[in-house]
Amino acid sequence: MTAALPISLEVNGESVNANVLPRLNLADFLREHLKLTGTHVGCEHGVCGACTVRVNGEIVRSCLMLAVQTHGASVVTIEGLSDSGEIADLQAAFRDRNALQCGFCTPGMLIAAQDLLKQETEPNRERIREHLSGNYCRCTGYQAIIDAVETTALARMGRKP
Amino acid sequence: MKVASTNPDGLTVLDRPNSYIGKVVPRPNLERLMQGRGLYVSDMELPRMAHVVFLRSPHAHARIIAIDAAEARRMPDVIAVVTGKELAAVVTPWVGVLSHLKGLKSAPQHAIAIDRVCWQGEAVAAVVATSRAVAEDAAETVRVEYQELDAVTDMRTALDPETPVIHPSLGDNLAFERNLDAGAVDAAFASSDEVVEADFIFGRHTGVTLESRAVVADWNIAEQRLTIYQGTQAPHMVQNIAALHLGLADSQVRVVCKDVGGSFGIKVHIYADEMATYALSKLLRRPVKFVADRVESFNTDIHARDHRCKGRIGVNRDGTITAFEIDDLTGIGPYSMYPRTSAIEANQVVNLVGGPYMTKNYRARARVVFQNKNVMCQYRAVGHPIACSVTEGLVDLAASKIGMDPVEIRRRNLIADDAYPCASPSGLRFELLSHHAAMNKLMTMMDYDALRAEQATLRRKNVHRGIGIASFIEVTNPSAAFYGVGGARISSQDGVAVRLDATGSVICQTSITEQGQGSESLTAQIVGSVLGVSMERVRVILGDTDHTPYGGGTWASRGAGIGGEAALQAAKILRKNILDVAAAILQSSPADLDIVNDAIVSAVDGSSRIDLKELSRIVYFRPDTLPPGIQPELMATRHFVPREYPFAFTNGVQASWLEVDVDTGFVKLLRHWVVEDCGTIINPQLVDEQIRGGVVQGLGAALFEKCIYDERGQLTNANMADYLVPMSGEMPDIDVGHVVSPTSESELGAKGAGEAGTAGAAAAVANAVNDALKPFGAIITEIPLTPQVILTALGRI
Repeated sequence: MTAALPISLEVNGESVNANVLPRLNLADFLREHLKLTGTHVGCEHGVCGACTVRVNGEIVRSCLMLAVQTHGASVVTIEGLSDSGEIADLQAAFRDRNALQCGFCTPGMLIAAQDLLKQETEPNRERIREHLSGNYCRCTGYQAIIDAVETTALARMGRKP
Repeated sequence: MKVASTNPDGLTVLDRPNSYIGKVVPRPNLERLMQGRGLYVSDMELPRMAHVVFLRSPHAHARIIAIDAAEARRMPDVIAVVTGKELAAVVTPWVGVLSHLKGLKSAPQHAIAIDRVCWQGEAVAAVVATSRAVAEDAAETVRVEYQELDAVTDMRTALDPETPVIHPSLGDNLAFERNLDAGAVDAAFASSDEVVEADFIFGRHTGVTLESRAVVADWNIAEQRLTIYQGTQAPHMVQNIAALHLGLADSQVRVVCKDVGGSFGIKVHIYADEMATYALSKLLRRPVKFVADRVESFNTDIHARDHRCKGRIGVNRDGTITAFEIDDLTGIGPYSMYPRTSAIEANQVVNLVGGPYMTKNYRARARVVFQNKNVMCQYRAVGHPIACSVTEGLVDLAASKIGMDPVEIRRRNLIADDAYPCASPSGLRFELLSHHAAMNKLMTMMDYDALRAEQATLRRKNVHRGIGIASFIEVTNPSAAFYGVGGARISSQDGVAVRLDATGSVICQTSITEQGQGSESLTAQIVGSVLGVSMERVRVILGDTDHTPYGGGTWASRGAGIGGEAALQAAKILRKNILDVAAAILQSSPADLDIVNDAIVSAVDGSSRIDLKELSRIVYFRPDTLPPGIQPELMATRHFVPREYPFAFTNGVQASWLEVDVDTGFVKLLRHWVVEDCGTIINPQLVDEQIRGGVVQGLGAALFEKCIYDERGQLTNANMADYLVPMSGEMPDIDVGHVVSPTSESELGAKGAGEAGTAGAAAAVANAVNDALKPFGAIITEIPLTPQVILTALGRI
């Protein structure tokens, strides 16, 4: 075990300084050190997508990134994304469509969906299904999630679904 | 739809003004989960909390010769290393049997293995440290010397004389056997025009809750109380079992259940490592947290559905099904799971095969055997997918044999909608089902004839699409017949307490639990509707044995039907009590008053008389102004359990439309339809989403999910990359329709809906694949339908 290393980064707009072991992954850093428990750990090897966060504007699986790799980076978690209001419409669509049951996949799902909606203004259902295929949901069967993302995309273009 | 009313006010909950029943309303408190501000057990931290990591056996069957943990114990921040023998001083072993499953046997199981490990993944030592990382580092230094023993892995040879007996004290590897012989099966087969047989094989799979199992146990030595924070479906069951084996009174154990990251039956059991965590907290006098990692989840979360079932069906040329016969074999691992036992699944298969159909001739044998694999037990739709796949697979084979359309043969054999009440050959009592109405609705929804025409056209272009139909019945609203009669202290009744607080808001405590199904929402909808209070004013408290009435929890599709009825009855009493007080305040009669939109109104003209807030203010702060002799009671509690029928059966039918790539063996799901009848629908959106989620779990079993063991009992795909679950890109849109036949056992009339989707999805897909492959003469009766299975059946590999 090597010694802790100092890192400085921005998390949800706040500057954070910490000393972390090189082996600590970003998910555990966010959850255990910063108590941002909205980032969930489902599989711990990059498959399920529950730990998805945004690093420097790109979505990453925080279980596959080391905390030390975020030195100098800007990290946004579901808490930050909620507080900024950036995904308020998407969250409302999830609520209205009951696109979450247990809610464990939801933070990662919302971040991944917002990533798609930022890249593409008019994704069709197949495209939404494809983009979210790296985010497992065991409760909903996905259809309600696809509906909610589709509704949000259309609403952002000023159209009703 | 009309429900007979015992409501003295003359209005049923269904036709009251502003009723929430039958309406789509968003679930309360979703914001918390969507903002990542929920509280799952894995998020919890307590002062002085330690973390436990279990060292687990790499062998399927081995004797433990020695454990050397000296180095681990010396490591900084390691609090303790505890072996099975040491922990046994704090927690007693258990045997997973119930008396109503006659002949069921199992061996004593310890929280941590003592002399011998019986499956790969069984815990052999607990390492407790100030952090999980430290505990994992320390666990790596613990040396365990094993003497490997022969592993029993193949259920087909588990009962052979030359196979070692896993628990010699039991005499053999047979855990349970049930035989049933109803009607005149031999005579029916002998006189049938055709008899068709098939062997059905099911992949062992598991629930893969996205949040793994997690526990924080907190023994307070001074209070002499253990608080268990656990994502469980049955808090009172956990309370009872923990107390029983830790030598405590139930009242010394509090179980708290906050947000739960998926359950599906995986979290309705009590696992050895959870029991060990409770015991460690008691032993070490501090909070101890256990969170399974994903490898542990695959190796220790209960598995299910590992069955091989021989089936036979007799049929006449006019389509009449004359008899069903099955011989089912299932391997459950080395122990019957505790406390619900591992015989229920096979027992359900025997109960349910042939269930939708009229024939009275049915013979069944089910054998449940021990193996050195992870334990099997109840997972969503227990036994239903097996029974449905066997039944519906046989019906399709029979139809094919006599050249009849699969829908037509079902129409000729499904129990008539006007034949109720009636009973199945296995003794199941049906109050009111709607197989034909459901089938008719399905035909319209899917436009069956057009789809058949499309299929024929595409077939000429070498595109191979198939239609699969599966009718099913589902056990819901279980009475004490499920567990209580067998001696398990698992409550079949649920209770709800409702009170009007000092500001006119309503607080409702219920013994059912929430894991995302919408228990909180349906409770608030019912209470709000009955009281005439807006849902925003109703707060629902669940999942705390100190603060809710005693009850079963949420499993076996029972939350809405049982907990919902308790909520309805409690709210009715509170409503009456409120109106009594209102009448006293207003110098009126309760019969002349009603509660609508958070206010007492005139029952005659709807005019507002007094706001509930004002009524509450008077009751709580100025009772001196009430007429003499009035003692308001603004809290009411009611419990409910079905008594007339052991189970409220529901029914439905599913259809799958898919395409098989005969070159690659890949299956593309194009569309899926479900029509089901869960009685009164409290919230259509919640019901539909339960159905859809259930279907997708069934589709996973049909196409992807399998725990792959090698011949030495090693689970070879214990991670999410190798164990495949459905992804959004592979799943179809699912159309859901309903027929509504309320149960008259309750005023609410609701039956369960949580397992219907899972019950029939795999059967529909398997039938569709066989339908698609008809031109090739290939018949597959095995799931998951992987490319390898399909290409093998096609003779291409």
